[in-house]
Amino acid sequence: MTSAVILFFVVGGLAIVFSLLVVFQRNVVHSAMALVATLFLVAVLFLTLDAAMVGILQILVYAGAIMVLFLFVIMLLNPAVLEGRRLAWWGLGSLAALLLLFELVPLLLDGPGPASGQRSAGAGFGSPEMLAQSLFYDFVLPFEIASVLLLVAIIGAVVLAKREL
Amino acid sequence: MVPLDYYLILSAVLFVIGVAGVVIRRNIIVILMSVELMLNAVNLTFIAFSRSLGTMDGQVIVFFVMTVAAAEAVIGLAIVIAAFRHRQTLDPQEMQLLKW
Repeated sequence: MTSAVILFFVVGGLAIVFSLLVVFQRNVVHSAMALVATLFLVAVLFLTLDAAMVGILQILVYAGAIMVLFLFVIMLLNPAVLEGRRLAWWGLGSLAALLLLFELVPLLLDGPGPASGQRSAGAGFGSPEMLAQSLFYDFVLPFEIASVLLLVAIIGAVVLAKREL
Repeated sequence: MVPLDYYLILSAVLFVIGVAGVVIRRNIIVILMSVELMLNAVNLTFIAFSRSLGTMDGQVIVFFVMTVAAAEAVIGLAIVIAAFRHRQTLDPQEMQLLKW
């Protein structure tokens, strides 16, 4: 077992533990904190996959901006009441999710994978330069549409959160 | 080098945990967080395939998924705030005015 595989198992195992904490914890703030930890660990996995730029974006945008927004709303609404743990429903939901897992894993593993196995990435793979080249040459139109989408989201959020809706 | 299959299995597990959160939780903020978790699991699949195929396209797609996820979180939380003002609850079972 090489060090890369050991690192994968440690980080991946921790990510699974924290994401379970997100779902099976009754306190909303604790769930949000566990989600921050999960997003950090997934960002580490991105780094091991030669996607440094995307990993840093993940920490900045997800673990930073979006989670602060979630915590802000939690504190604004202050839902002091803990939701009840109804065992039958929780068991049924977990069982359904497990069934989905046993459906998904064979589907992913039998799918048309890369024919030549692991191809070695060229120098600078995943660097900001390569991402920008891909983004601004091949994906210019989606990039512009994304900026329009963000503008619409800003206006929508301002209108929706107004007091007299 | 970690095999591609390990990453695919891990992302499937994370996705399924997100699905379980959407199904069993009764707090709409936690449901939104579970949706974020599912989006992140899919991002992991994209990055793993991008590395395995040696092309940058997967990473660009992840960039766009992050943009859409940010917009979705902002709009979703604004709707949660608006609904909470009217109903004083975060339980989605209570928000059933359109259901008969």
